[in-house]
Amino acid sequence: MRLKMMTFLLACTIVFTGCSTSGEEKNEAAATQAPSNTEAGAAVSEETWAPILESYRQFTIEQADTFIIETEKFVTAVKGGDVETAKQLYAPTRMYFERIEPIADALGDLDPNIDARENDVEEKDWRGFHRIEQSLWEKNSTEGMGDYADRLLEDVKLLRALMETVEVEPSLLVTGAVELLNEVSSSKVTGEEERYSHTDLYDFAANVQGADKIYQLVKVELNKKDAALDEQIGKGFADLEEALSVYKSGDGFVSYLDLKEEDTKKLSQLIDALAEPLSQMGTILEA
Amino acid sequence: MSDSRDSEVNGEGKTGLIEKKISRRDLLRMAGVGGAGLLLGASGVGGLFAAKERSEAKSASKAALAGQDQIVNFYGEHQAGIVTPPQDFIVFAAFDLTAGSLDEVRKLFQAWTKASAAMASGEMLGSTNDNLNLPPSDTGEAEGLSPSRTTITFGVGASFFDSRFGLAAKRPAALADLPAFGGDELRAEWSGGDIGVQVNANDMQIAFHAIRNLARIARGKAVLRWTQEGFQRTSGADPAGATPRNLMGFRDGTGNPDVSDAAEMNKVVWAAASDGTPWMDQGSYMVVRRIRMRIEVWDRSTLGDQEATFGRHRNSGAPLGSKQEFDAIDLAKQDEKGKPVMPMNSHVRLAHGDGSVKILRRSFSYSSGMDHKTGQLDAGLLFICFNRDSHKQFIPMQQKLGQSDLLNEYIVHTGSALFACFPGVREGGYIGESLF
Repeated sequence: MRLKMMTFLLACTIVFTGCSTSGEEKNEAAATQAPSNTEAGAAVSEETWAPILESYRQFTIEQADTFIIETEKFVTAVKGGDVETAKQLYAPTRMYFERIEPIADALGDLDPNIDARENDVEEKDWRGFHRIEQSLWEKNSTEGMGDYADRLLEDVKLLRALMETVEVEPSLLVTGAVELLNEVSSSKVTGEEERYSHTDLYDFAANVQGADKIYQLVKVELNKKDAALDEQIGKGFADLEEALSVYKSGDGFVSYLDLKEEDTKKLSQLIDALAEPLSQMGTILEA
Repeated sequence: MSDSRDSEVNGEGKTGLIEKKISRRDLLRMAGVGGAGLLLGASGVGGLFAAKERSEAKSASKAALAGQDQIVNFYGEHQAGIVTPPQDFIVFAAFDLTAGSLDEVRKLFQAWTKASAAMASGEMLGSTNDNLNLPPSDTGEAEGLSPSRTTITFGVGASFFDSRFGLAAKRPAALADLPAFGGDELRAEWSGGDIGVQVNANDMQIAFHAIRNLARIARGKAVLRWTQEGFQRTSGADPAGATPRNLMGFRDGTGNPDVSDAAEMNKVVWAAASDGTPWMDQGSYMVVRRIRMRIEVWDRSTLGDQEATFGRHRNSGAPLGSKQEFDAIDLAKQDEKGKPVMPMNSHVRLAHGDGSVKILRRSFSYSSGMDHKTGQLDAGLLFICFNRDSHKQFIPMQQKLGQSDLLNEYIVHTGSALFACFPGVREGGYIGESLF
């Protein structure tokens, strides 16, 4: 026991030297630990993982490709001064991004460039969807937004290009699903994400769909490992989908402003009810 | 200037490395400098190993380590936390069930029973506390701490017996809704609940840990409806264990029945099968009232008014006209003008009545910051009492108080709930097994 711990500590030394934030430390600790679990004989073998990871990669590429097409339409409307069309396209376009946000997160600066809210970054660096959102809804105008629109499209295309470099690992899937729900929990269900357009429920739904996609991909393996957990997660998604369907309006969703405290509380508690068992999905990485 | 003084006080840079508390990260950094850190940080490394060993420790050795008096057994004929001498802190929580079937409810109570027994013994929850790929099964803030006399007490409210779980026929008559009382300004956010959970401990962090983990275990089956934290003077501040004072400065609980008198407890606290609800045999009914004190108003009333309001002397706790706290209450005593020494509408006089109806009070003070509408303190009493049948004990008592109590000028009841607290369980059983 003691010897093992020593070895572990010394191994960590190499990785930790010079790292500065506790967040980094945690991630790296997880990374160093992962290989030893694999050696110990993971239940889900590499051959099993390969098609799952490939399916997820394809899903994210499809979403990103459509994201470019839809962003082009949005950008055209903004640059053409068509405020109404731009407002209509804004929320549905963002959904393609919200479904694959764990990937964007893994690509460093790209996430803030596309998705930063006011005060998330310095004023001079603030661009992306929310900069344009502010102008569309607060000023009812596209004036001065042309450059931001162009850069947005560039960033979205860059996202797609860089996605080729991301190696999708099992751990990214497992933690990514929970991260998507954490996104909902911390900013969408509170109405802080879309503070001008109040289209938070679009992001909410897209994040949940992104998490559900991951769950669907690993479901078979999860069921073999822990059928009760699989059932719990499946029920959690179904409950959430049912609750969310109440707020559908046309092709989209009602404004966040239409939600009462009891609505947001219910949705938030359903997210917690789902995310808790979902966070146990790492069990399929185990021996 | 003040910065440099602070840093000296904190010992940053002045205290030697050995004495300084070494974080895991510091340790790993030092380990990076040629591994010498391992020698330097002897205490830190020891700590890492100890943590590992601790989580593997058996409850017996843990108990020996902590001292048996720190553990109140979760299992027994009665639930702990009822006649248990009150601990220093409370975290009360009401839950609403979201579970779709009675089977799920049963599973929840089975999981809660197991977790509660573990927490009462100071053990970590679950088995995945060292796995980097999973969230730890115990949230960790109570690790390595003394069990601190943790008790966790469960009850169910009237709404538990609605149409959802097919238990309507098993609802005890004694669990009928409380009537509206004078002085009630009840708010939904502090009232009711399918399930009531009272956590007590001599440490606030440990009490919070218990509720947090019970809520986590419940995810997908039950959601929090309301919570209230409370406290009283700690046993450390009052080793002699005098009757605690409430936030009005008066002793609260002097008139409590003697919990060591089994016959009295059977009369006052424990329900019996013969009362009409067999599954509540050796259980008890818990009334929870969130009573806000109009602190600012109270503070500007004279001592004479305050004492007349309670019917006790503030300093000694003695009934008006007596010298000692536990002197018998003499309602007949008159002053030289022929007026009763104990004012007719004083709190103690009304609550005492003819002395035949008693409840077991187990209240705590609460402070929930301030009321931003008025800028005043939101503080008062989380009144909790246990009785065998609220409709024969608490309700008639509170009806009298609600109508006439002089104290009503200074308090307002903002929350209310009534729960049927299950009988205790033996090891291997689960809370609620007598009902479902």
